[in-house]
Amino acid sequence: MSKRHLLALFNDFDEAVAAIAELRAANIKGFDMDDLILKSPIEHPEVEKVLGDKPVHVQWFTLIGACMGGLLAFFLISGAQANFFSQIKGGKPIVPLPPDFVLTYEMFILGGVFITVLGFLICAGLPAKRSSLYSTKVSEDQIGILVKGDESALAAFKTIFTKHKALEIQEEAGK
Amino acid sequence: MGKDIREDIAWAQINKDVLKSLESPRKLYWVILFIALAMIGVAVGCEIYQYTGGMGVSNKNNSHVWGLYIATFIFWIGMSHSGTLLSAILHLMHADWRKPIYRFAEAMTTFSLMTAGLFVLVHLGRLWQVYYVMPYPNERWVWPNFQSPLVWDMFAIATYLSSSVLFLYVGMIPDLAICRDNIHAGWRKKLYTVMSLGWEGTDRQWRNFRITYLTIACFLIPLAVSVHSIVASDFAMSNMPGWHVTSFPPYFVAGALYSGCAAIITLFIILRYVFRFEEYMTLPIMKKLVRLTFAIAMVWTYLNLIEFASVWYGHDQTAKDQLIFKATGPYAPFFWAMIFFGSILPLMLAFKRIQTHLPILLVVSILLNVGMWLERWMIIAPSFAHGHYPWTWDHDQWPSLVQWGIVFGSFGWFTLLFMVFCKVFPSVSMYEVKEMVYHRSLALKHKPAVKGDY
Repeated sequence: MSKRHLLALFNDFDEAVAAIAELRAANIKGFDMDDLILKSPIEHPEVEKVLGDKPVHVQWFTLIGACMGGLLAFFLISGAQANFFSQIKGGKPIVPLPPDFVLTYEMFILGGVFITVLGFLICAGLPAKRSSLYSTKVSEDQIGILVKGDESALAAFKTIFTKHKALEIQEEAGK
Repeated sequence: MGKDIREDIAWAQINKDVLKSLESPRKLYWVILFIALAMIGVAVGCEIYQYTGGMGVSNKNNSHVWGLYIATFIFWIGMSHSGTLLSAILHLMHADWRKPIYRFAEAMTTFSLMTAGLFVLVHLGRLWQVYYVMPYPNERWVWPNFQSPLVWDMFAIATYLSSSVLFLYVGMIPDLAICRDNIHAGWRKKLYTVMSLGWEGTDRQWRNFRITYLTIACFLIPLAVSVHSIVASDFAMSNMPGWHVTSFPPYFVAGALYSGCAAIITLFIILRYVFRFEEYMTLPIMKKLVRLTFAIAMVWTYLNLIEFASVWYGHDQTAKDQLIFKATGPYAPFFWAMIFFGSILPLMLAFKRIQTHLPILLVVSILLNVGMWLERWMIIAPSFAHGHYPWTWDHDQWPSLVQWGIVFGSFGWFTLLFMVFCKVFPSVSMYEVKEMVYHRSLALKHKPAVKGDY
């Protein structure tokens, strides 16, 4: 059966949350909670209570980026120093750790920041094409709930959204 | 103290007010832009003259090898710390009053660093030799000296600049989406569409955004401290009298935060007027900012005293002579002006009336930065003028108009970049102000009406 998208806009965040909770409880046939997307003008961490905990993996990118940055810097610098035959070391260590630590530290941070941003783009799915159902009101002051479900589920969606004072319901055929 | 922001302000109004700043600023904006361009013109002229005539025209000599250029370089690096303070440190501390003002402070960080970087090039004379500090070997396989603080500088500043730009950009993505949704045609629409990366404010995007922003903030704090510590190492790791001081790194960091905060006060007042941000850049927020500046000024004063005391009571006669030279020699007027502007003048900020008196604050904040610029000059020039060996002493050196012209122009360059940024990108974070309003109105809703309600 073909899937269809529906976007409901709410003025009140609490109403939107209540609508999501009801969608979850209603156990609508042809609808999976993972196909629900909440769009909001500000961050609402409290929505996780109804959407369920969703893992964030950006920190792993950070860890890998920072370690790679630090290691690469240290090996670049110590490699350069170890090949530095033209400079007379005068008995001093070929790879002096304390000054090398400074640059390793800087590159640790640089690697961490760069790969964190890369991780953010990957994990957040950016850059993205604008979805077919989007309202500019979402970037202003309204909360949007985008759901995807079988055609048979649309009536149930609309009933729940209307019950929770949706300002507007947009509908479009899915693929 | 009044409210930082009105809780009943409509979110659509926030968008409208901030987006308006991208279109129609007051006439003063164009006046500032014109003055900035004229200042840049002066600097470019001086730089061309110096480039063709050689470094002699700047009046630098064997003793005074760095002059105003490196003093101003440190000044601009210091200025950049304000963005990190307001964005990262206060973000981690959940101080939400920072929200309406952190964006322009972050922009200040980026543009200060870009201005500082110019001085590294300008002071070289031979611009093409800047690659000596890059991690790149020459044809004889000789690498730069990785043990030199000057090479550390290059790494630290490049890291700080690129991280700050990313921090500024990532934090701006939701606002760029607002701009994309509200501006209907032209190059701006295309710019915002590309830069907002298709942001729609989904729960997945916000969830990852929150962690990313927090993580970069956590990186930026030690980075900012390390950057100015490394700049301090340029001096502290040498044995020049007046520079070989253990407390230099924290002293530099405190000075950086101090000048950055003073600059935020100046720009706060200017932006508030030019872009009509009275609703967001409110007096209670200014009050908090002024108090923060006052506290940092006192820390800086304390570290100054520590430095003087440790030199005075230490057994390094040359360093002591250097201190006496600063306080009584040809640089004495500048030294005492530094003490006055840096330590005495900020005492005014302790008075409640002054904390919200914008005209006085504008003047005081500019004078505080004059003091902080003098501080940097008083680090560089007296040590070069009165080093270890009497035959290197040069007490009469005075920077030529070419040096002054380039320093003067750097303020124009910074102003130009900053003002263009504020006209093209939202200088008040719309989504964060909405968050602030939302959380404050929630808190108000849940606040018991009468004391006995608990």
